[in-house]
This record gives sequence, C-alpha cells and structure tokens, in this order.
Amino acid sequence: MIDATGNPQTILLLGGTSDIGLAIVREYLAKQTLRVIVAARPSPRRDEATAGLRSIGATVDVLDFDATAFDSHPGVIDAAWAIADVDLAIVAFGLLGDAEQAWQDHAAAVALAQVNYTGGVSVGVLLGQRMKEQGYGQIIALSSVAGEIVRRSNFVYGSTKAGFDGFYRLLGEALEPFGPKVLVVRPGQVRTKMLDGVKEGPGAIAPEVLARTVVDAARDGRTLIWAPAFFRPMMWVLKHLPAPIFRRLPI
Amino acid sequence: MTTLDLPTTTQRLTGWGRTAATTAQVLSTPDVETIARAVAAVAGHNADSPSHLRRGILARGLGRSYGDVAQNAGGIVVDMTPLNTIHAIDAATATVDVDAGVSLDQLIRAALPHGLWVPVLPGTRQVTVGGAIGADVHGKNHHSAGSFGNHVASLELLVADGRVLHLTPEGSVDDPDASLFWATVGGVGLTGIVLRATLRMTRTETAYFVADGITTRSLDETIAVHSDGSEANYDYSSAWFDAISAPPKLGRAALSRGNLARLDQLPPKLAADPLAFGAKPFFELPDVFPNGLANKLSFSALGALWYAKSGAYTGKVQSLTGFYHPLDLFGEWNRAYGSRGFLQYQFVVPPAAVAEFKRIIADIQASGHYSFLNVFKLFGEGNRAPLSYPMPGWNVCVDFPIKAGLEEFLTGLDARVLEFGGRLYTAKDSRTTAATFHAMYPAIDSWIATRRRVDPHQVFASDLARRLELL
Repeated sequence: MIDATGNPQTILLLGGTSDIGLAIVREYLAKQTLRVIVAARPSPRRDEATAGLRSIGATVDVLDFDATAFDSHPGVIDAAWAIADVDLAIVAFGLLGDAEQAWQDHAAAVALAQVNYTGGVSVGVLLGQRMKEQGYGQIIALSSVAGEIVRRSNFVYGSTKAGFDGFYRLLGEALEPFGPKVLVVRPGQVRTKMLDGVKEGPGAIAPEVLARTVVDAARDGRTLIWAPAFFRPMMWVLKHLPAPIFRRLPI
Repeated sequence: MTTLDLPTTTQRLTGWGRTAATTAQVLSTPDVETIARAVAAVAGHNADSPSHLRRGILARGLGRSYGDVAQNAGGIVVDMTPLNTIHAIDAATATVDVDAGVSLDQLIRAALPHGLWVPVLPGTRQVTVGGAIGADVHGKNHHSAGSFGNHVASLELLVADGRVLHLTPEGSVDDPDASLFWATVGGVGLTGIVLRATLRMTRTETAYFVADGITTRSLDETIAVHSDGSEANYDYSSAWFDAISAPPKLGRAALSRGNLARLDQLPPKLAADPLAFGAKPFFELPDVFPNGLANKLSFSALGALWYAKSGAYTGKVQSLTGFYHPLDLFGEWNRAYGSRGFLQYQFVVPPAAVAEFKRIIADIQASGHYSFLNVFKLFGEGNRAPLSYPMPGWNVCVDFPIKAGLEEFLTGLDARVLEFGGRLYTAKDSRTTAATFHAMYPAIDSWIATRRRVDPHQVFASDLARRLELL
C-alpha cells in the first residue's frame, strides 16, 4: 500500500539499470524499507544495480525485461504482481541515440521509436489495467522536455518522447476515476550515462537532485512536473514564439 | 443468483484524515442477505471472477478512523450505515440490542429517555457500533470503564464461510474459548462482519455532567495532576494540552474532569427535563480551505484562546457536547486542513516511562510540525483483546498537517514509542510499518492465528491489513 505520507511498500522499476530510476528508488529507500522489483535485461549492470539496492536495505526481486519484446510484457507485469501488489511503477527505460544518425538511419530510428514509444505504451497499458483493478497505485513516467517541443536538434528522440508524454498524461486522466495516479516527469538534461559525451546544456542536474524533486511531487500526488522548474515557463515562452524565430534559435 | 447483481458503486474512499485514497466497489444495503451474498461471492471467487471479488471484502462504518483501516483497494467495501435498526432497549437490564450500523449519536438519543447512557464514547459520536467494536474505541472514562469491547454482552459475526456466529466475552457454543470474540474486539473488521450486538449500558439520571476544570502551567504540573490520586474522583477525565509553545509553557493543559450528573445536581431549569439531549445539529465546514492554513501562527492563536477560555471551574453543569464533544459542533471539520489532509498520531507509553514521555513531547514541540488538537489522558487497565489499543499509561493524540519531513519525524517517534514499551492505534495510524506495528502488540501472533482459523482464505481484507501485514 501507499501510506498517508506517500511511501510505497513495493516499487517496480522498469528499466532497472536507469540512473534516474535507481536514484528515485534510492530516494524512497532513504526514508523507509522497500521491496524493489528490478525489471531489466540480464547484464553486469543489472547485477550491480540490484547489489547496490540490497546494500542499502531493499528487498530486491529481479525480472528479465526487454523493452522491445512486446509479447513478453504481459508475462513480466503478471510476474511482478505475483510477487506483490505494485504500489509504484517507474517507467524509466529509454534510448537517446545519435540525433543526426537517427533521422537518416532507418534501423536507428525504428529502435528509438520502439523502445521509447511502443515499449512505453506497451507497459503503460498493462500497468494501467493492473492498477485499475487494484484500486490504487502510482506510475512515474520519465518523459523529457524534448517531448514537449520537438526541436530540429533531436527530433526523432523528441518525437518518441512527445508520444510517450501524451500517452502517459492521458493515461493518468483515464485512470483517475479508478484511483491510480500518473506523474509525468519532464527533465531537461540529467547527468547520467545516457548523456556521457553529450555537451552539457543549461539546467543540467544530477540524478539525485531530479529524484528528490520527483519523489516530492509523487508524494503530493502531482501529475506533471518539470525539472528544473524553470523549464516550465521557458517551454511556455518557446511554444509561443513565431515559427521563423523559433527555427533560428540554437536549440 | 449471480454475483454480478450486487448493487455496488465505484467509490474513492479515504479515512477522516483524507490521505491515501483508494477505490473500491461499495455495497450499501440494509439487507443482511445481500451482505451475506457478497461475502459468499468473495469466498467463492476463482481466477475468472471479476477483479473486485479477488481482493477481499470489508465492512465500513461512518469513516471516522483517520487512516486506511476502513478501505479495501480494488475489493468490496460494505457500507454498514443503512443497517441501523435499534431492535430493543431494555431499561430493566440496562441493555440494548442494535444493528452494527447504528451510530452512537443515534443510540444515545434513543437510549437517554430510558435513563441509559452509552458506556464508552470516543471523541465523536459519529461512529457506528460495529466500528466501535472493530477499533475497540475508548473515551474520556477509560480509567474507570475500560474500552468499548468491555461493554459488549454479545455480538453476531458473519464469517468467511457464511455462518453467522453468536459470540460472547465469556465464550459461546460457536466460540468456546471466546478467542474469536476477543479477536473481533479491536480486530479492525478482519475476522468478519459484525451484524448486530447487545451492549451493556450505563444507567444515568440526567444527560449532563458535573465538571471540574483545572489549568496547569507546565508539562510537569500536568503529569503531577494526573499522578496525585485525584483522577479516582472522576469517571471522566481528559486534557487538551499545548504542544506548540516552547518550555516552560509546553505541555500546559486544560483538564476537564467530571461525572454524570445526578438529578439533584441539576439547576431547576434543566431538572425539569433531565434526560433531554440538546446537541445542536451540525453545520459543515465548506471544502475551501487552502493547504497550509493550519500553521504555527493560526494554531498558536487558537491554542492561546482555548487555554484562556477553559480556565478553572468547579461543579459546572455541562452538556455532552460542551463537556465531551466540542468538535461535533462542526461537521466535516477535517476540511480545515486543506486537500493534502492531515494525520493523527496517537500513542500510549507505560506510566513508568515518564521521563521518556516528557522527551517525546519536547521533541514534538521542537520538530517544526505543529499540532493543535492535542489530547492527553492517563489510561487504566486494558482488556484481553490482542489488538486492543488501550493499556495503562500516558496516552497522547496529536494532529499534524501533511508536509515535508513529517514522515521521517514520525518514523523516529515510532521507534521511541516502541522502545519505551508503547504502541500506536489502528483507528489513527496511517503510516507506520508492519514490523513496527507487530513489535508493539505482543499478542499479535495469537490474533493472526485466530484470524487465519476463521478466515483461512483471506476473504476479509483492508488497506491497513495489507500495509501492516495482518492477513
């Protein structure tokens, strides 16, 4: 169950090696003991992540999960619920890719779309049904400011996040009468391994900082947040710029 | 008959603290047969049943418990309030036979003309008899009368296999060692659904109290007044105390102590109609309060006002509302805390742990979490019910608006209450952990064993049961 202060008892982390996902789990763990179900492909990184969570007091279960093996997803979600009622699910898997390669390389573009969008929708529908039946639950969906306004500089990635973002926001609305809540998180740059080698832009934050913001918002029952918060007005301004000016911006 | 024709509606439910909402299929009916059919549908579920039949069933009364004790996420919740017939009031034996959905407000209004008084009243009359049994509620007279379960002569319990068992505190054919009766008292609805109960009432000549008020200037004085033997002069005693002012004012209290008035103690005007129950109808607070209104400034001002108004008095004749239930003047007063809600933290520590108790109060004051509705009471002996909350000791109840840092602070308090041999209360708790709760109730294993004997397949379930691992 989720208690009166917003603490869950069981977290399902989809994308179990995600730096942001793990940081969010650690943020919850700092306050209480937890069961964490880590869903990811088998890898040394997954082993490292589970060992790390166990070392700070989590009870960890591990499930094999491949974001693009869509047919296996119902089985993964069933397996998670067979372990325990999932109070909180974090949809944390995703690919960034090389932006210039992505729009010119068919395979790279399809991979981005399948992992980020189709994979997100695939697990989202399953999580939504389970939580609807359960009468409560919370989904944290890691979107991106890149999905709010799709820009020339990374539009394949941005378009996948735009679809992901829209799906989860409206999934939250659809689930609202049945109890479950969805929090869509739109970070800017987060200093994770996904961004290794990418030039740091304004407002880049550490995963731990983002995690604190996300957990506070989840406890408050919020449905949409930006991190850092200044992205919200900034995106609003960008959205209202005339197209000829917007196109000339170096973003 | 199919299970699908159960007249349920999807409802979002919370406790009185308005936190941790979950959604359930709510069955609201005065018909015991329909309730039994719902229990049978849950008990007979299989993998193809609709999901709500696979997540248990639970009775709910008037929803005055603060946390998740009367919620059952995804399952069925039986609203017991339509089952509210008072079957008999027997002035000769001072007993009443009532349905579980009868509220204590309804009961007191009906019983007073017969010279009968509800033996245990919690901080609000807006609770059902079933809820009062399930939480084994206590009142201002705990030191003289014990808790609600001590006054139940018998009850009818609908159990998982569909039987309705007749249970008594001494044991019955259905329950020879009375273990199920006492597991049901304080058993938070997890042994079955209480359908009906016979209660032993208190005789009274009037509907009034004769009360003495004292104010103290410090926590030490408050503790001293409770320890000097004067409590024995009063059937009823509790105190409001100051948890916001820094020492030495911290813990200053306004004690209100008294006894049911005899006819010869009433002034002529009241003596003309001594059993009249003058409680005014509610007026509801509108749902417009912003988060954060309940803060140190507003609470300090209210607290100073309360303290000043209470004062010292002797032999004052007071109505039930004046003496006991000032908050019942406001319906839905929980809205004053805003949409984020609040939580109530109630704990009791043994009488010997005075020094530890004082440190806890000092820590609450220093925490930056401000509580206005603070109740202080020295409990008497507990009863045999394994999950009954009251035990001899210092009982304190504080209310905190939900804000950042509260959960860490209360987790720290939990550890200390446990260390000092104390415990938390199921009707109030909304956030402690299973490990902490189990450690606080030494007889919990026997309770769980009784529950599993009568409900091996977890037909009865609740959010609290899932959170505190009581299934």
